[in-house]
Amino acid sequence: MTDTTTQPIPSSKPRNLFQQLELDTRLLGMIGAFIILCIAFNVLTDGRFLTPRNIFNLTIQTVSVAIMATGMVFVIVTRHIDLSVGALLATTSAVMAMVQTEVLPQTLGMGLNHPATWAITIVVGLAVGTLVGAFHGWMVGYLAIPAFIVTLGGFLVWRNVAWYLTDGQTIGPLDGNFLMFGGTNGTLGTTWSWIIGIVATVLALLTLWNARRAKAGHGFPVKPIWAEVTFSLVISGTILGFIWILNSYNIPSRRLARMFEARGETMPEGLVVGYGLPLSVFILIAVAVVMTVVARRTRFGRYIFATGGNPDAAELSGINTRMLTVKIFALMGFLCALSAVVASARLANHSNDLGTLDELRVIAAAVIGGTALSGGIGTIYGAILGALIMQALQSGMAMVGVDAPFQNIVVGSVLVLAVLIDIIYRKRLGAK
Amino acid sequence: MTKSPKELRAEGATPLVEMDDISISFGGIKAVDSVSVDLQPGEVVGLLGHNGAGKSTLIKILSGAYQKDSGEIRIDGKPVEITNPRDARSHNIETIYQTLALADNLDAASNLFLGRELVTPTGLVDDSAMEAECRKIFKQLNPNFQKFNEPVSALSGGQRQSVAIARAVYFNARILIMDEPTAALGPHETQMVAELIQQLKAQGIGIFLIDHDVHAVMELCDRASVMKNGQLVGTVDIEDVTDDDLLSMIILGKKPGEAAA
Repeated sequence: MTDTTTQPIPSSKPRNLFQQLELDTRLLGMIGAFIILCIAFNVLTDGRFLTPRNIFNLTIQTVSVAIMATGMVFVIVTRHIDLSVGALLATTSAVMAMVQTEVLPQTLGMGLNHPATWAITIVVGLAVGTLVGAFHGWMVGYLAIPAFIVTLGGFLVWRNVAWYLTDGQTIGPLDGNFLMFGGTNGTLGTTWSWIIGIVATVLALLTLWNARRAKAGHGFPVKPIWAEVTFSLVISGTILGFIWILNSYNIPSRRLARMFEARGETMPEGLVVGYGLPLSVFILIAVAVVMTVVARRTRFGRYIFATGGNPDAAELSGINTRMLTVKIFALMGFLCALSAVVASARLANHSNDLGTLDELRVIAAAVIGGTALSGGIGTIYGAILGALIMQALQSGMAMVGVDAPFQNIVVGSVLVLAVLIDIIYRKRLGAK
Repeated sequence: MTKSPKELRAEGATPLVEMDDISISFGGIKAVDSVSVDLQPGEVVGLLGHNGAGKSTLIKILSGAYQKDSGEIRIDGKPVEITNPRDARSHNIETIYQTLALADNLDAASNLFLGRELVTPTGLVDDSAMEAECRKIFKQLNPNFQKFNEPVSALSGGQRQSVAIARAVYFNARILIMDEPTAALGPHETQMVAELIQQLKAQGIGIFLIDHDVHAVMELCDRASVMKNGQLVGTVDIEDVTDDDLLSMIILGKKPGEAAA
């Protein structure tokens, strides 16, 4: 028993720097690519790309796709696919548009901009999204129809259910309070943004520290303390720097004046107010944190990755993989509805083409973010970064003045190239 | 061990597990046809037969992967219903599959505890505690093992096999099913598994060992049950037979001393 042949690494061998730091080299590569991209666009646009204003816009444009991409990670990790997310976004948006402009104010006689309208609307929308997703999951899990087919069908069905529900019309304006979730119409202001930034920093550092203590408590190797401190500084700097940038984008003075007029007040001369953290971005951050915890620290998440790695092993380990599929698709549907809230609120109305091609953007974001279509591998932060890279690429090219057809040609090529680099990277890693 | 499995059987003691008159068909073909096998504590029973003889199918009924059409399974003399892998686990039946049944993308501890994760009081998966337990059990099974933080795809065949075995040992299996446990292993690792089987046997665990290799069965098992075309050819005491006897049972489907059909 004591004599096994296969033990290439003696425990005493000093680990190299990268191993000691337990850095995710893939993530570093992506962050590097993103930074290079941003700097390049900044140079090409004479410094217009990396302004608080553009960064603010970039983040609120990314939110909708990024929220869905986190759910798509789970779907793809379990070797499924969801082609219906854009259409489902449209249907849930259409349902919510009808609820807040027709059903609640007129049919139920609550009138326009009733304070409860936004909440009821969102609850209804999330419920519809979750139910439709669960239905997809049931067909995939229990009826064993391939997810590709179920969601290809869903793509046609839900796109046109949305059309039918609204007669193809643009529905708007939406409820005043509902618009808070769109971005510019609902920001937290500088003070609250700082508070949230500081709370987030403290929580992040506490999490790091707790993880280290748990490891040390069992006598496992931990990172050197200087690495831990450096990492903490980078995290704190990123969070607070992000808040600082969003806070330094000031509400245009004419817009500010209109806001004061609406309240019947006059704007004090020379007043400067920063936007701060948009509510929609805050939602994305919350989704990212919750989804990461689900992926890493819950049984549900563990079973998702186990099923993706080896469905038979998961089944034989007593995991109910069919029910798991239903839950994953239900979660995907929920996130589609959440994205629908953000997307329709950002545009201030529901239009018939809302979410068109989003399924492809979402899948691309997840895949650029390192989710393997063969299953078992993927991260939430990767998918969000993937969505951010795609959006940066798209709006950067628009700012530079690249013709529209070329924009899509570039985005498509980048997708294929990113996957190629990933394949080469993984081969190297495997051969090591 | 007070009494050997053979003495227990001679006394007519209740077997640890009995599979009685088990049948299962797939699309009209009887994969297992009225087969009965049993197992005493501390006994290793080999299941032999060609590919497609039905031995894996029979054993998958015990591990809950398939459901029998007819027949009865008794544990300690009591009839039990096993309709899924969770039922089997609740009867302390653990299976080491031919295909290893590991999730390649997860680390050793996650695989060891798959489906039975340790959780913190808040209900979150407690990776540190699982890794600590995993290190403990590996200290006993395979002390050189160090790759606790790497996905099991990075492990060698023998290391992967020890993860699968660790799972069975950790959860106090009473009945262990090993489906060709050495199929993917080199000679040295095969020896390791053989030693482990002796160790588990000494602890009073009953083991069903499915194997193609007659020599391995002769070396490791107390009894052997041979199957052919879904039917049981016969069950023999290893001490009473030779390699050739077993081979002729597998190939010709007749018990030693019987005339060819």
